[in-house]
Amino acid sequence: MSTILKIDKVEKYYGSKSSLTKALDNLTFEVDKGEFVAIMGASGSGKTTLLNCISTIDKVTSGHIFVGGEDITKLKGNSLNKFRREKLGFIFQDFNLLDTLTAYENISLALSIQNKGAKEIEKKVNDVASKLGIKDVLQKYPYQMSGGQKQRVASARAIVTDPQIVLADEPTGALDSKSSRMLLESFDYLNEKLNTTILMVTHDSFCASYASRVIFIKDGKVFNEIIKGNSTRKEFFDKIIDVVTLLGGEENDNY
Amino acid sequence: MTTIKLAFRNIKKSFKDYAIYFFTLILGVAIFYVFNSIESQTVLLDITESTYDIIDTLSNMLSGASVFVAFILGFLIIYASRFLMKRRNKEFGIYMLLGMSKRKISMILFFETILIGIISLAVGLGLGVALSQLMSMLVANMFEADMTRYEFIFSSDACIKTLIYFGIMYVIVMLFNVINVGKCKLIDLIQTSKKSETVKMKNPMLCTIVFILSVIALGYAYWLVTGGVNETVQTPDGIIKPIIIGAVATFFLFWSLSGLMLKIVMGMKNLYVKGLNTFTLRQVSSKINTTVFSMTIICLMLFVTICVLSSSLSLKNSMTENLNALAPADIQLSISVKDDSWLDQGYNKAQIENSKLGVRKTLEAFGINIDDYLQESVEYNSYRMDGLTFGDSLGDSLEYIKSNTTSMIPYSMQEEIMTISDYNKIARFYGNEEYTLADDEYMIIADYDAMIAIRNIALENNQELTIFGHTLKPRYQECKYGFVEMASNHINSGIIIVPDAVVGGKECSYNSIIGNYYTDSLDEQREIQDKIKTMIQNPLSAEYSLPNVNSKADISEASIGLGALVTFLGLYLGIVFLIASVAILALKELTESTDNKERYAVLRKLGADEKMINKSLFRQIAIFFMFPLIVAVIHSIFGITFCSYVISTFGNKHLLPSIIMTAIFIVVIYGGYFLITYFSSKNIIKER
Repeated sequence: MSTILKIDKVEKYYGSKSSLTKALDNLTFEVDKGEFVAIMGASGSGKTTLLNCISTIDKVTSGHIFVGGEDITKLKGNSLNKFRREKLGFIFQDFNLLDTLTAYENISLALSIQNKGAKEIEKKVNDVASKLGIKDVLQKYPYQMSGGQKQRVASARAIVTDPQIVLADEPTGALDSKSSRMLLESFDYLNEKLNTTILMVTHDSFCASYASRVIFIKDGKVFNEIIKGNSTRKEFFDKIIDVVTLLGGEENDNY
Repeated sequence: MTTIKLAFRNIKKSFKDYAIYFFTLILGVAIFYVFNSIESQTVLLDITESTYDIIDTLSNMLSGASVFVAFILGFLIIYASRFLMKRRNKEFGIYMLLGMSKRKISMILFFETILIGIISLAVGLGLGVALSQLMSMLVANMFEADMTRYEFIFSSDACIKTLIYFGIMYVIVMLFNVINVGKCKLIDLIQTSKKSETVKMKNPMLCTIVFILSVIALGYAYWLVTGGVNETVQTPDGIIKPIIIGAVATFFLFWSLSGLMLKIVMGMKNLYVKGLNTFTLRQVSSKINTTVFSMTIICLMLFVTICVLSSSLSLKNSMTENLNALAPADIQLSISVKDDSWLDQGYNKAQIENSKLGVRKTLEAFGINIDDYLQESVEYNSYRMDGLTFGDSLGDSLEYIKSNTTSMIPYSMQEEIMTISDYNKIARFYGNEEYTLADDEYMIIADYDAMIAIRNIALENNQELTIFGHTLKPRYQECKYGFVEMASNHINSGIIIVPDAVVGGKECSYNSIIGNYYTDSLDEQREIQDKIKTMIQNPLSAEYSLPNVNSKADISEASIGLGALVTFLGLYLGIVFLIASVAILALKELTESTDNKERYAVLRKLGADEKMINKSLFRQIAIFFMFPLIVAVIHSIFGITFCSYVISTFGNKHLLPSIIMTAIFIVVIYGGYFLITYFSSKNIIKER
């Protein structure tokens, strides 16, 4: 399997010389194509900083990040925006659909930002819509859709641009357990059926148990890593809980 | 102590958010000061006593208008401060959560308002004082007076007045704030209202039908004030009809356009899916959708502003222009010859008898030899005839005219008759065209367009008239331009000119003299006029009929005064209206930007760069601002046409410069608000 994301000795410092905070401390790991990786860690462990660095919202202090073989720490200006538009997909908390736009327009917007032609946009939107089974809600507005439909529209928006990797930051943070499960199942679907590479940041063990691999971060370093392998989700969940307990007392907040 | 500190910091911190509020307050204060200080601006001018009277009237009227203006600005300020309060709900929520009492929050707001008040008053008055120095130039130009010297003027009256008016407004704002805070529930303050908007796509068929109907209605309203204007002004409330039709049609125009515009662009697939166009258009259409009513009000206010500004400015210009053409002589004196019917009106026998003496002899009786003063003069008579009214002179065409034009025409007005030789004397003196008539011909001299149009109908029908026993036919089939009585505008509704033989030996109704003085000095001219005017104080006035004095100086002063009055009132109200409407527009837009912050965050994550987002924001605001303006401008084309028809007696040659002036005002104020709105919105949607 080819490597899609490579984090190579990444360091990120905050603050001045007198009070230096190492948000990321010589962090190294890889994500292969088609993997569903969860990053776990307590608040302050550096997981959101990592995601920000991957999504080029933030810059690394040293080290390299390769996405599809391209070193994104070397990108500047317009090529940064271009990278973000074309190589990354985002899935947000509570869907984040634009409520003045129809489902179709919400999905197509991701493509029109890339200045794709009308014909291509139409084809791609229809393709992704039929894959996710939302063809019949395309002309509806978010307020007319059910939670599950909204979720699938948001997923369609994230993958319609054929991103190298889909990033999700605390995707279930603001959701009730039913909606969380719905979201995670759609992640599962994207990963299993559509072979989408997903990198998810979370501090929720239940959430992480949907991934195929979980990387634990503590104080900016990789603390542990466990692979689901052939175990069931329940077994995997228990394994995660074990590591979380090991990680420290403050990480007991899995609802 | 800490309360004041907190208030101070709050203002400093949210200075950018307050930009529109400050801008509006400062403009309001400055304009208020400028227009209330006009009286003091005239101190330096070399002007006459009677001009001072006019300025006095002017400043009284501006004072009155100021009350109205204060109301408009007051509402605007309250509206604006409520907008700011809404933005800060979360902040208050945190204060309350920390255990701060509502009283203390009210205190913070109280100090904030005081601080804002002091800053805006200081800056506004500073700007006002600076602008009022420019205003002196305008005042000097308006009253055609020379600035004898330049001196920095500060009007303490206007300053105190501004302080009082705005002080009251700020107190009201404080009260509103306190009430607002008192009503707040902590839960509402903390929970950011995340209302999901429900988009109702209007039925495109219905939209199209409503759009077509409102365009037709607007077309009809436009026609009423242009093509069909004669019928519209027939009754005093005739103008109400196009106004109501126009206002309602404007509302439905906005209503249907918001849906239609979206549908049309959606049809143009390539354009619609290009960049952020989808988003931009949806934003604009939902904005217009939810603000149809305010859009209509703003559009109508802009319409009024444009009409008032350009009409008042053009009125002043044409009045000055008219003056030279319509008051060519220095003085005009005339005495009406009275008969016994005047006894009822308080005239005695002697006065009636002596009224036949004429101007020259009457003045001589008072010891005034008019020729001592006048370098050149012309004496002439005019006549009235029983049974010759305006209606009679229209003859056979009267019925047709009555049924086709306005009912306000004075058909029973007695016609004025003058001999061709007398008229030619006057025309030569005035520099107007002279005419000749055959023995059986008459002609009509007039310069009032509306009356000319009516008279021409009769003249085209070759209407014959019987005057003092002679039957005359018209020499020309239209009225000829000209006038006898000097006036500040075109008010000669028609004088019938007949061959000399027709009136031979008849007693005249008026005897008049026009002439030019020896002297060019205004002061000396005034002396002579005062002598004639004070004849009334002479005991002899009990026995004589006194002449009417009509002088170039009087006409010019009255006309300048009227012109200045109209111009200043027009400017004052026009600018305030403009500020009010554009400020509301700006605040609405800022509210939108605040509410839509998350949408921009989503766009950013989707990979839209700042340039794209800013472009979308710019377009949204531009469309939002231009939409009502464009409709208002289209309305104004017809509105101004109508205004210039109504005031056509003043002439309307000078429409273009005043329209350019109006455009400059609008571009500066509207553009200023537009830019502030854009930069503030950009700031609001920026990621922290």
